[in-house]
Amino acid sequence: MTNLTDLTVAEIRDGFRAGDFSAREVAEGFNANVAAAKALNAFIVETPEKALEAADAADKAKAAGETLGALAGVPIGMKDLFCTQGVQTTAASHMLEGFVPTYESTVSGKLWAAGAGMLGKLNLDQFAMGSSNETSYYGNVISPWRRGGGDNAALAPGGSSGGSSSAISARLCPAATGTDTGGSIRQPAAFTGISGIKPTYGRCSRWGIVAFASSLDQAGPMARTVRDNAILLEVMSGFDPKDSTSLDLAVPQWEANLSSDLKGKKVGIPKEYRPDGLNEEISAMWDRGIAWLKDAGAEVVEVSLPHTKYALPTYYIIAPAEASSNLARYDGVRYGQRDLPDGAGLQDMYAATRAAGFGPEVKRRIMIGTYVLSAGFYDAYYTQAQKVRALIARDFEQAFEKCDLLLTPTAPSASFALGEKQADPLAMYLNDVFTVPASLAGLPAMAVPGGLDSAGLPIGLQIIGKALDEQTVLNAALAIEERSGFTARPDKWW
Amino acid sequence: MTESTYRIQGATGEWEVVIGLEVHAQVTSNAKLFSGAATAFGAEPNTQVSLIDAAMPGMLPVPNRECIRQAVRTGMAIDAQINKWSRFDRKNYFYADLPQGYQISQLYHPIVGEGAIDIVLDEKNPQASTKRIGVERIHVEQDAGKLMHDQHPTSSYVDLNRSGVALMEIVSKPDMRSPAEAGAYLSKLRTILRYVGSCDGNMDQGSMRADVNVSVRRPGEEFGTRTETKNVNSVRFVMAVVEHEANRQVDVLEAGGKIVQETRLYDPDRNETRSMRSKEDAHDYRYFPDPDLLPLELDDAFLEACRQSLPELPDAKRARYEGALGLSAYNAATLTADADTARWFEALLAEGARIQKKSEGEVAKASANWLLSELYGALNRIGKSLEDSPVSPEEGAELLALVADGTISGTIAKQVFEIMLETGDKPGKIVEEKGLKQTSDTGAIEAAVAKVLADNGDKVEQYRGGKEALFGFFVGQTMKAMQGKANPQVVNELVKKALAG
Repeated sequence: MTNLTDLTVAEIRDGFRAGDFSAREVAEGFNANVAAAKALNAFIVETPEKALEAADAADKAKAAGETLGALAGVPIGMKDLFCTQGVQTTAASHMLEGFVPTYESTVSGKLWAAGAGMLGKLNLDQFAMGSSNETSYYGNVISPWRRGGGDNAALAPGGSSGGSSSAISARLCPAATGTDTGGSIRQPAAFTGISGIKPTYGRCSRWGIVAFASSLDQAGPMARTVRDNAILLEVMSGFDPKDSTSLDLAVPQWEANLSSDLKGKKVGIPKEYRPDGLNEEISAMWDRGIAWLKDAGAEVVEVSLPHTKYALPTYYIIAPAEASSNLARYDGVRYGQRDLPDGAGLQDMYAATRAAGFGPEVKRRIMIGTYVLSAGFYDAYYTQAQKVRALIARDFEQAFEKCDLLLTPTAPSASFALGEKQADPLAMYLNDVFTVPASLAGLPAMAVPGGLDSAGLPIGLQIIGKALDEQTVLNAALAIEERSGFTARPDKWW
Repeated sequence: MTESTYRIQGATGEWEVVIGLEVHAQVTSNAKLFSGAATAFGAEPNTQVSLIDAAMPGMLPVPNRECIRQAVRTGMAIDAQINKWSRFDRKNYFYADLPQGYQISQLYHPIVGEGAIDIVLDEKNPQASTKRIGVERIHVEQDAGKLMHDQHPTSSYVDLNRSGVALMEIVSKPDMRSPAEAGAYLSKLRTILRYVGSCDGNMDQGSMRADVNVSVRRPGEEFGTRTETKNVNSVRFVMAVVEHEANRQVDVLEAGGKIVQETRLYDPDRNETRSMRSKEDAHDYRYFPDPDLLPLELDDAFLEACRQSLPELPDAKRARYEGALGLSAYNAATLTADADTARWFEALLAEGARIQKKSEGEVAKASANWLLSELYGALNRIGKSLEDSPVSPEEGAELLALVADGTISGTIAKQVFEIMLETGDKPGKIVEEKGLKQTSDTGAIEAAVAKVLADNGDKVEQYRGGKEALFGFFVGQTMKAMQGKANPQVVNELVKKALAG
């Protein structure tokens, strides 16, 4: 009999509907995998009972002949940045340890309403700040992947959605939610050989997601196949009057319109994404990707995104600026941690609470953000960064006059060992160099696996689309998926 | 237009005072600026708080259309420029009454730009004493919560009921030059807000409060350094702050000192201001555009609907009362100073015109006089306001109509009014039941006149001898004999005729 935990979301959905297995069997299978994978530290909270509850509801609904939700019978993992009613939500920080929301985020609520069950709350970089999942208060997430040749170094699953990527590639869940501020869905997906899409800014409501940088934060799905991403994204998207930046647009039928035929499509290759010294294996993978898209019928053109080199510094001004303000609410007054030394006044309580509650990377970004917004520096940093952000968005607009989508690497390297880049924040920030521009421009972008490097680690490709054109992004990713024949999976060692 | 001559006489000469006011007015709305929570005053602590107001993780603000509408209407009422594109900014600082760690406000692109308010310094002589005070801007922002220090021996409690309530900050230009001008500006602004219905103007409940910016200078010279006295909550206190602060500054300057730009607090019990913090330890608020909110874009249809919804405003109403209704400048000013008074007066006027089948202009003077003297006098006496007046505009109009058509005299009307106040009965019923109808029966009056003349033969002699002032005596005696119910005009005629005879 097939191992149910090897199935994709689409296979679980369809097999459950066809009566090949019950939802409960699926949930039990994944619950068992989650329970046996403590070594990966992918979950902060496990909720096997929630997964079973949803599964039983799906089985009952099916038995009664009721209409089934789009995700009936499918258990998923929930990044611990989404507020979940009655289940601890921490953003992987000590600050929110023990915080149990009385409300459900819009996106997670939509998933549950579609019949999905929750396997648990997935670990992440603290407040989604990080690219290796090493900033979590609850410990590093370990990638299930290892380099070949007996190198047992623990590798980074990417970040910030590292719990999601690790859990999916280790078959602890068939899909999970992620959030992406500068690459937090795409880079972890690339590091672990799975797919993930950050939709157009505004597609998914931000309501109930612990905020990092409001103008950049965007939820999206992560899964092993392009189709699974389309299925989840359809459920997660949609207008939410509770989020002023939510797009008031109908949700397209992405899954039904999946097609890997790219005839008539032009693929732009941005020359600025191939800097001197680009990792050769990444470069070779990019070339393979170009060939696959040509094979799918697309025409390839070179384009220029001249302000690309300013994207990273721009991002590391805007994102910390917004974060420094968004995280001001964690002050020990109303919820979460409170450190109140003897005889302390209000200011002392703030200082003690925030000193103890935030990790070093969060503090670093709050300080950077506070600095760039402060009197005398605001124009030089924040105002300037906003201008550059507009130029970066214009770069994309001009490029999209010549093409329909862009193909680039997702990350400058395959996964690295935990601890390898910890000492150098700038080296860590460079991980986002290919993902940040699309975030600044609010464009849909997707990571899809391409193959393994010489060390046996996954490397991936990124597709960036026009605003609102997730369909073309998904279709191009599907064309790559079909041609790469990527079936590699990590050998179980955990 | 007028120039202020208010000066402070210092030891070294005259000083001129320069005043600007930043008024915070709570927008009348059932819900807060960015959340659906209610805004009732005086509710139990923390019962008017949504997840957004408490700044729970992941909560997002959504602008409340009604608050925006009220700010736009207010801008229109002071002839201000309405900015079709405006934006919200975050003002960042830590305090326990500020759950988000920032206040959402509008620093860079306010919703309302420049406008003006005309103030009148002498209501009896409005034309000669009008002064135009510029308004720099109006923006909308969130109110903070409230700390309660009296609930626990060592801790403070926080009440978030006000957290997120919509405020309009109305910033004047430094155009005022005396305590009286500052007081007149605040009163006029309050009047306008209450007319528009965008703020209830209840200063004692904190719905309106002013930050008072004061500086002094030698007349005609450059502006001096200003101080800002925060949260002054009555017209009287604003005037007191200006006077006290200006004199304090003159004392400092004349003693060779310098004015420090600082924030001060007013202590009404001691009538003095105290330094709160200086510019040096002022916060760096790190303003930046709120990334949770899109720019606010207003379309023409929305603006037109706002304009259509505006009532007749105080200046226009006052001009109409003086012009079309022929009221005195003072009466017009008094009747229009408050929206409720004007509303009451217009109900009285409409009913009076209807039942007397006359134009409003024809009944206006009598109506205004009765309201301002009789009714106000009575309300003062019994300690009630117009809102809870025991006599309705309809009953007042009925009473005035009885006088106008000669059914009762003015004297009797006063008696009837007293009975109305006591019993709540309608005037017609009172007149009927108490038999107070005045008589024009010439026979009865002639008999009364004849008796008065017969009883006062000596005075008749004196009158006829040229002491014409005695005429009033005969009229009065006749009225008395008629128990006040005689038509005074008929009495006049008959007394004159009898004395001539």
